[in-house]
Amino acid sequence: VTFPGGFILRRTLIALPSLLGISVILFAVLALAPGDPFAELASNPNIPPEVAAGLREKFGLNDPVPVRYVRWLVAMLHGDWGFSFASRIDVSALILQRLPTTLVVIGSAQVLALLIGIPIGIYAATRPYSLFDQLANTFAFAGFSVPTFFTGLILILVFSIKLDWLPFVFRADLPSTGAQFYWDYFKQAIMPVTVLALFQAASWTRYMRSSALEVIRLDHVTTARAKGLAERTVIVKHVLRNALIPVVTLVALEIPAVFGGAIVTEQIFRVPGIGSLLISAILANDTPVIMGVTFVFSCLVLISNLLADLLYGWLDPRIALR
Amino acid sequence: MVQVGVAVPLAAEMLAQAGIAQTTTPPAYSPAKRGGGGALKLLYWQGATLLNPHFATGTKDLDATRLFYEPLASWDPDGNLVPILAAEIPSLTNGGVAPDGKSVVWKLKPNVQWHDGKPFTSADVVFNWVYAANPDTAAVTIAEFKDTKVTALDPLTVRLDFEKPRAFWAEAFVSRGLIPKHVFENYTGSKSREAPANLKPVGTGPYRLTSFTPGDLVRASLNPNYHQPNRPYFDTVEIKGGGDAVSAARAVLQTAEYDYAWNLQVEDEILTRMEKAGKGKVQLVAGGALEFVAVQMADPWTEVEGERSNPKTKHPILSDPLVRSALNLLLDRSAISQFVYGRTGPATANVVDNPVRFRSKNTKIVYDVDQANRLLDQAGWKRGQDGVRVKDGRRLKLVLNTTVNQPRQKTQAIYKQSCQKAGIELELKATTGSVFFSADEGNPDTADKFYCDLEMFTVMVGPDPGSTMQAFCSWEVAAKANKWQRRNIGRWRNEEYDALYLASDVELDPVKRAELIIKMNDLIVQHHVILPIVARPMVNASNNRLQFVESGWDSSLAFIADWHRGA
Repeated sequence: VTFPGGFILRRTLIALPSLLGISVILFAVLALAPGDPFAELASNPNIPPEVAAGLREKFGLNDPVPVRYVRWLVAMLHGDWGFSFASRIDVSALILQRLPTTLVVIGSAQVLALLIGIPIGIYAATRPYSLFDQLANTFAFAGFSVPTFFTGLILILVFSIKLDWLPFVFRADLPSTGAQFYWDYFKQAIMPVTVLALFQAASWTRYMRSSALEVIRLDHVTTARAKGLAERTVIVKHVLRNALIPVVTLVALEIPAVFGGAIVTEQIFRVPGIGSLLISAILANDTPVIMGVTFVFSCLVLISNLLADLLYGWLDPRIALR
Repeated sequence: MVQVGVAVPLAAEMLAQAGIAQTTTPPAYSPAKRGGGGALKLLYWQGATLLNPHFATGTKDLDATRLFYEPLASWDPDGNLVPILAAEIPSLTNGGVAPDGKSVVWKLKPNVQWHDGKPFTSADVVFNWVYAANPDTAAVTIAEFKDTKVTALDPLTVRLDFEKPRAFWAEAFVSRGLIPKHVFENYTGSKSREAPANLKPVGTGPYRLTSFTPGDLVRASLNPNYHQPNRPYFDTVEIKGGGDAVSAARAVLQTAEYDYAWNLQVEDEILTRMEKAGKGKVQLVAGGALEFVAVQMADPWTEVEGERSNPKTKHPILSDPLVRSALNLLLDRSAISQFVYGRTGPATANVVDNPVRFRSKNTKIVYDVDQANRLLDQAGWKRGQDGVRVKDGRRLKLVLNTTVNQPRQKTQAIYKQSCQKAGIELELKATTGSVFFSADEGNPDTADKFYCDLEMFTVMVGPDPGSTMQAFCSWEVAAKANKWQRRNIGRWRNEEYDALYLASDVELDPVKRAELIIKMNDLIVQHHVILPIVARPMVNASNNRLQFVESGWDSSLAFIADWHRGA
C-alpha cells in the first residue's frame, strides 16, 4: 500500500476554506445572539453601568462585527486563540487544561462501547430473528432513543442516592495518591463512562449486525463453510474482518457526535472536560472560549472525515484514493 | 423567617458613630487549635473562573477569592462591619471618620503576613487603589474608588480622601480582598492579565492555594501563619464547580458527598423533600434581594423622538395613582410567597427590608380585590361587555414582561387572575434572561428600555441601601440619550424624593440617615413606583455538623476562617 500523501494534502487544502466558512458563521451567530459577558455586574447595585460599559470598550466588544472577526482571525493565524473574558486567561490554556479529562472519559467510553457493540452485533447476525437478536435489537433501540441525560439521572438515583455506592461528582484533580487514586478515579468514572458507552454501544450493535448480515450471505462465507472450517473460524476470519470495514469508518465518522454527546454527560457528572467548558462559556457569553472550543470541534469533524476515508482505503484495497 | 439572626437592632457602625461602644459579638468559635479538621468540601454549581478579587464579576468568583484574600472589614449577618485586616472600624468617636465626612482613616492590624511571609502594610492598601483605579487594569472595582484618594500615613494607617462628604464610605477595601503590592506591582494597567498571581493567589487569608482549574476546581490548604488564633480549623478546602443546582443540593442533603452547596435556586418543595434524608439542612440567609414589579410612568406604546417610553411622555393608564394603587392591591403577595417561593421568598411590602435598621414600619401587605374595584370605579374605568374596564374608548389592558423562569411565570399567572377579577386584562410576556438583562441597544425587550407597562425581576440591595435608593432619582432616568445606562427604568420623577436622597447622601448621623432612607422607602411605596413582592434570601445547603456564619451582605465565605465542624 502506498502512502496517499497527495490525497491528504489535497483534502487538507479543501478543508481550509471549510474551516474559514465555519468560523465566519460561528462568529456571526455569536455576535448576533443576545448576551453580554459582563451582564452579571449589572445585578450588583454598587457597580455602576459605566464599569461594564468600560470593560466592553476595553475588550473591543463595541467594535463592528467584521472588525472583531478580522482581529480574531489574524490573531488565530498567529496561533493566538485570544483570552477568556470570564477568567482572563488564554483560551488555548483553558482548552489544553480540559482536553485530557475529556479524552480519558470519551476514550474509555468508546472502547467499552466497541467491546459491547461488536460481539453482540456479530452474535445477533449469526442468529437473525432469534430471541437473542430480538433482545439485542430492543436494547439497541432503547439505547439510542433514551437521551444520555436521562440514563445519567437514573444511574445517579440508583447508584448514588439509593445504594450510595458511587460518587456522582467527578473530579479530575483527586487528592488521593497511589493505588487509592486509581481506585477513586475508576469509581467516579464508572457512571459517566457507562452512560456514554451504552449510548454508543447501541448504535455499534446495529451497525455491526447489519454489516455482518450482508457479509454472511456472500459466496466466500459459503465456500469457507463448505470447506468444513469451524463456525468460529468462519465468523472471525471471514465474516468479522470484512464486516468491520464499514464499521471502522463509521466509528471515525461518529467521533464528533461522541464529543457532542459528551457535553451533556460532562455537565451532569461535573466532568471538567471541554464540553462543560463550552457550556459554562455559553452561559457566561464568553465569546473567545466558545469560538475556541467550537473550532476544536469543527477541526475534529474534518479530521475524522479524512481519517474515515483513509481508513476505508487502507482496509479495503478495492477502493482507490485519488 | 427571613429575619433569622437579625437580633441587633442597630448596627455597630451606627452605635460606634453615635458614640456608643461597639457591641459586635464575634461568631462562636470552639476549636482550641489550628488545623485537624480534615477536608471541607464545597460545591458550587458555577465554578470560579478567576482568583483575582479585582476581576471577579460574580459571587462565585468573589467567594473563591475569600479563601486567600481578605478585606479590611466584612459585613456580618446583621449588616454591621467587622474588622478583618483593620485593627478597628473607623467611626466619629475613634476619630476614624472626619466630622466633615470628607475623609476616613483606617488603622491596620499589625503583624499580618502574606502567604509568602512578607508583611502586610499600608503600602499594600494604597497599591490596591492605584491598581484598580487605573482604567487599563480593567478592574471591576474601579467605581469603588471614584473621586477617592488613598494615602499611607504610616506603615499601619491609611487615609481615604473624598471630593465631597460621603455618608457611606465603607465601599472601598470592604468585602473585596486586598492583593499584595510586591506580587502585582509589575502588572498594573494593560499588563494586568499577564500576572501569574491571577491564578496563583498570594494573600493573607486562612487558606493557601494548592491548585486551581478555572471553572472547575479550587483546592487550598491551611495557612500556618494565619493572623487569627486557632484558625482555620480545616486542613484543606475544596470548591468544586459545575453541574446544576438540583444535583448540588442532592450531593449535600441526600448523599453528604459535599459539606456545603451554594445558591440553590431550586423549588422549596424539592429542597424540603431532600432534607428528609436527615443528612443536611437548608440555610436561608437574609440579604437584600427583592423580587418586584416595576411600573412604567412614561408611555411605552408611542414613539416620541425615536424612542418609546420617552421620559417626556406620560403613561395613558399608569400615570393615574388610583390605577397604580389598584394594581398594588391586586398583587397577592402572601399567596405568591406561599405557593410559588415557599421558604425562599417571604412576602414584603418594602423596597428595603434589611438590614433591619432601614426597615420601614409604615407599610403593610394588603390584598383587597373589592377595594381595587372601588378605586378603579372611582378613577372612571367602567366595566365593558367582556368584563374588561374601559375609559374614553381605551381598554384597561397592560403588558407584564419578565424573564423565562418558572417561579416568575407562576407569579405572572397568579397576578393575571386577580387582575381579571378587577376588570384589568393583563397580557403576560416572558423574555429569555440573556436578552432581558442585556445592555443591547438594538433590542426592545431589555429591562432597561422597559418598552411595556410592567416588568418583574430581582434587584439587589447592599448593606447600605444608598445605591439602591439612587435608582429612583430623577437624574437617573433611563433614556435613549444615556443609552438606557441609567437605573431609573420606571422614569418616575419626584422632587421630594430627590431632595431626600441628596440629604441622605451627606448625612453623617447614621440614625438620621436611616430615617431619611425609610422616608424614601415609604415615598416609593406610597406612589407605587415599584410593587415589592417577596424578599429573596440566599438559599444554601450544609451538612448537619458544619458550624458556620454566613452573611447575606457579604460573600458567603466571608467568615470562612471561622468555619468548623461540631459534634
